[in-house]
Amino acid sequence: MLTAPQLSYSLLAPILIVLGGALLGVLVEAVMKKGSRAAIQTAIAIGTLVLSFAYLIKIHAQTSKTAAVSSVSIDGVGIFIQGTILLLSLIAILYIADTDNFAAQASAVPGSEEERTAVLAGKQQTEVFPLTLFAISGMLLFPIASDLITLFVALEVLSLPLYLLAGLSRRRRLLSQEAALKYFLLGAFSSAFFLFGAAFLYGYSGSVTLDGIATAISINSGNDVFLLIGIVFLSVGLLFKIGAVPFHSWTPDVYQGAPTPITGFMAACTKIAAMGATLRIFYVGFGQAEWQWKPIILTIAILTMVVGGVAAIAQRDVKRMLAFSSIAHAGFLLAAVLALNTDGLKGALFYLATYGFTTLGAFGVITLVRDSSGEVTDLNRWVGLGKKSPLVASVFTLFLLSFAGIPLTSGFIAKFSLFTGAYETGNTVIVVVGVLTSAITAFFYLRVVVMLFFTDPKSDSVSVVIPSIMTRAAIAICAIVTIVLGVAPSLLLNTAQTFATFIR
Amino acid sequence: MSSLSIVTIIELVPLLGVVGLFILPKGSTKLIKQFAIGISLLDLAISLLMAFRFDRGVSAMQFVESRNWISAFGIKYAVGIDGIALVLILMTTVLVPIVLLAGWNESEGGRWSPRVYYALILVLETMMVGVFAATDVFLFYVIFEAMLIPVYFLIGGYGRGERAQAAMKFLLYSLLGGLLMLAAVIGTYVIATNQIGSTFDVTALSGLHIDSATENMLFLGFFIAFAIKAPLWPLHTWLPTAAKSATPATSVLLLGVLDKVGTYGMIRFCITLFPHAAHTFTPAIIVLSLISILYGAFLAIGQKDINGLIAFTSISHFGFITLGIFAMTSQGLTGASLYMVNHGFSTAALFLVAGWMASRRGSTKIEDFGGLQRVTPVMAWAFFIAGMSALALPGLSSFVSEFLVLVGTFTRYPLAAIIGTTGIVLAALYVLLTVQRSLHGPTATGNESLIDLNLREKVAIAPVIAILVIFGFFPKPIIDVLNPASHEVMTQAGYVDPQPKAGK
Repeated sequence: MLTAPQLSYSLLAPILIVLGGALLGVLVEAVMKKGSRAAIQTAIAIGTLVLSFAYLIKIHAQTSKTAAVSSVSIDGVGIFIQGTILLLSLIAILYIADTDNFAAQASAVPGSEEERTAVLAGKQQTEVFPLTLFAISGMLLFPIASDLITLFVALEVLSLPLYLLAGLSRRRRLLSQEAALKYFLLGAFSSAFFLFGAAFLYGYSGSVTLDGIATAISINSGNDVFLLIGIVFLSVGLLFKIGAVPFHSWTPDVYQGAPTPITGFMAACTKIAAMGATLRIFYVGFGQAEWQWKPIILTIAILTMVVGGVAAIAQRDVKRMLAFSSIAHAGFLLAAVLALNTDGLKGALFYLATYGFTTLGAFGVITLVRDSSGEVTDLNRWVGLGKKSPLVASVFTLFLLSFAGIPLTSGFIAKFSLFTGAYETGNTVIVVVGVLTSAITAFFYLRVVVMLFFTDPKSDSVSVVIPSIMTRAAIAICAIVTIVLGVAPSLLLNTAQTFATFIR
Repeated sequence: MSSLSIVTIIELVPLLGVVGLFILPKGSTKLIKQFAIGISLLDLAISLLMAFRFDRGVSAMQFVESRNWISAFGIKYAVGIDGIALVLILMTTVLVPIVLLAGWNESEGGRWSPRVYYALILVLETMMVGVFAATDVFLFYVIFEAMLIPVYFLIGGYGRGERAQAAMKFLLYSLLGGLLMLAAVIGTYVIATNQIGSTFDVTALSGLHIDSATENMLFLGFFIAFAIKAPLWPLHTWLPTAAKSATPATSVLLLGVLDKVGTYGMIRFCITLFPHAAHTFTPAIIVLSLISILYGAFLAIGQKDINGLIAFTSISHFGFITLGIFAMTSQGLTGASLYMVNHGFSTAALFLVAGWMASRRGSTKIEDFGGLQRVTPVMAWAFFIAGMSALALPGLSSFVSEFLVLVGTFTRYPLAAIIGTTGIVLAALYVLLTVQRSLHGPTATGNESLIDLNLREKVAIAPVIAILVIFGFFPKPIIDVLNPASHEVMTQAGYVDPQPKAGK
C-alpha cells in the first residue's frame, strides 16, 4: 500500500498562497461584473503577494530543510530569491494594474470588428492578473526545486502564462502576437532540450535529484559522455530563459512586442528565477564536475557580454536596447556560476535584487513616454525629454547609470561584489572581459543620456503622461532602492551574505 | 570608530550648500551666486584652519577618521591627510571661490538653470576634497568615478561648441580607465582577503606580498586609469576637446584639480602599493613622460585655439609631473607635488584670462587677438604673468617646482633630465609666441573697443597672481609641508635618495 508523502505544507506555503490567489482570480473573472473586476483583481494580487511575503519572512529562519520528499530545498538562497521575486512582482503588479496597456479582449483577432466593439464597450478583460500570479508561483518554485522533474514542472508553470502575457499588448497587437508566438516556439524547444538533458542525467546517475547527480559525479570520474551531454542540454534550457548568447535571439523581439509592464516583469523576475535555478543546479548538482563545464560556461559568458554590449549600440528602440542590455547583464551574472563560492553567490544575490529593481524602474518610465497612439519606444523621438520633463528624464538617467555600474548607484556595488567573487576563485579572464564590456555598455547608456539632455526637442517629440498613483509609487520605490543600495549597500549585502548558502 | 574629522567637515559644507541652493527662493539668480560663493569661502576658511593645525613635523596621516561603510567587504569611510594631500586640498578650496567669482556669468545660457550649475560645482568640490583625503582604496575609487558625472554635465550642459561630444569623449575615456582600475582594485582586495583579511586600507594594503606578475598587472590597472586622468601621451586625446568645449571655470577645475587626481593617485597608490612593479615600469614611464613633455610642447606651438594651447601645455606639464614622481627621489617627488599646485594656479590664471579675452572678442582664435596690451592693459598683464608662470620664469612659483623635478630626476636619471630640460626651451617658444601674437603688435581689427577687466574680475585674478609670485620667491612653507610626506612615500617604496655626485 502506498503512503501519502510528507509535504511540509508550511514550507511550501508561499507558493501555495500565490497559487490560491491565482485560482481566486480565475473565479473572479468568471463570476464578477466586468466593471468591478480590475479593482478586485488588483487587490487580490497585491494581497496574495503581501501574504506570501509575510509567510516567507515567518519561515525564513527554518532554513536547511527539504520539503515535498526532497524535491524542493528551502535554503538561504532559495528564500532570498523567493523574497526578491515576491517584492519585485508586487512592483510589477502596480504597473500591470494600469490595464490600459493590455488588449481589451485577448481572444479577438487584431483589428477586427469584435475587438473594436470590445474596446468601445469598455469590456476590459483582466485575466492578466491570474496569469501573472500563476507565472509567479512557477518562479517561486523554480529556484528551490532540487530535482529535475520538479524543475521542469516549475519551468513550464512559469513559462506558459508568460507566453500568453507577451501577446496581450493593446497597441501594436500584431507585433505583440508575433513576439508571443516566437517566445512560445523557441521556449518549447528549449524546454525540450531541458527534458532531454534531464533524461541523460538520469541515465548517467540513476537519480533525478541534484544531490543524487552530485553523488554520482563524486563516485565516478565525472568524465562521462552522458554527463556532458546532460549538462549541455540542461544548460540550453536554462540559458534560454536567462537570455544568454547564443540562445538569446528571442529576447529583443519579445521585449519589444510584449506589453511594457510584462516586459519589465519578465526582465526582472524571470531572469531572477532562472538564475536562481541555474545557480542551484551548477553549485549543488554539477559543482564537482566543474572542469567539464567551466570552459563552456566561460565561453558563453564572454560571448553573452560582448554580443549583448555590442549589439545594444546599434539599437534605436529603447525596449530593444534594454533587451540587449539585459543580455549583457546575463553574461555578468554567469560570472557567479563560474565563481562557485560563497562570495560569488552573495554577489549574485545582491546583483539580482538590485538589477531587478533598476530594470522594473526603467520599464516603468517607458510606460510613461507616449504620444497620441500609445507608448513611443523609438529613441529618436525621446530627444530633448530632459527639457520637457526633467524629473522623468533624471529618474531614467539614474536607472541607466545604475545599469552602467557608476559608483553611488546600486549597480556598481552589485558589479563589484559579483566580480570579487569570481576573481577569488581565479576567474580573472571573466573579470577583465567584464569590466571592458562594462565600458561598452556604458557607451550606449550614456548615448541615451545625451539624447535626453543634450539634444534639443524636435517637433515630433513625445510627451510624458501623468502617471497613475500606483505607477508613480512603483517608479519611486525603484529609484529609491537604486540610490540607497548604492550609498548604503550594507542594508542588503549583509542579508545576502547570511542567505548565501545552499543545502544539498 | 573615531571622531568627526575636520576633513569631513570640509567635505560636508559644500554638500549642505547644495541643499541650501535648492531651498533658496526661485528667480533670484544673484542670490544663488552669492550663496554659492559664500559657501565656498566658508569651506576655504575651514581648510585654512586645518592647514594651521597641520603638524609639519609628522609624516603620518593626520586628521584621520574611519567609519565602517560596507562591512561585508571591510570597506570604510576612511580619510586622513599628509602634506601632499593638504596642499592639494588647499589648492581646491582656494580655486573654487575664484572660479565661481571669475565665471560670474557662465551659468547663464546653459541648458539648465544657474542653480543646477552651482549645485554641480559644489558637489564637485565635495568630491575633489574627498578624493584627495581618502585613505580607503574603495572610497577613493568610488569618488574617482562618481566625480565624472558632475563634470560630464558641466561640460555637456554649460559648455560651448561640440559640448555634448566632448563630454561624452571625456566620460568614456575616463570610464574605460576607471573600469580597468576596478579590476585591479578587485584583484588587490582578493589578495588582501587571503593574506590579511578584508580591508581596503591603503597602509595595510601596502604591506601585501604579491607575486611579481600579478603585481605588474595590478599596477598597470591603476596606472592606466591615472595616466588617462592626468593625460600622458598617448592617452591624452580627450583633453584638448574637453578644454575647448568646457567653460573657463570647468576647465580650471578639470585641468587644475581633477587631473591632479591622476598624478596624486600615482603617488598614493601606484608607488606605495606596488613598489616593485613601479620599479619595473619606471623606464617605460619616464620615456612616456618625456614624449608627453615634448609632444605637448610641439603641439602647443602649432595651436591656433587659445584653449587648445593651454590644454597642450598642460600635457607637457603633466609629463614633467610624472617625470618627477617616477624619478623616485624625494626631491623629485616634492617637486612634482609642488608642480601640481603651481600648475593648478597657473592654468587657472591662463584659462580665466583667456576666457575673458574670448568672451570680449567673441573668438578663441589666437590670431584674432593682437595689440591687447594697448587696449586692455590690465588683462594683458594678467595674461602675461600667467604665461610667464607657464614657462617657469624664475621668480614665479612654477620655476621652483620645475627646477626641483629636474634636479630630482638628474640625480638618478641624468639623460632624462637633460631631455626634459629641452621642454623648458620649447615652453618659452610657445608662450612667447602666443604673448607676441595676442598682446603685442598692431591692434587687430575688432579689438579697438574692448573693455578692460572690471573690479570683479580683478578681485578674482589677483589672489592667483599673488600666489604665483609669493610662492615664487618664498616657496619654503609649501616645501616644508611636502618634504616629510615625500620622504615617507619614498621610504615606503624602499628608495634612498642618491647622493649628489659632484659639488661636494
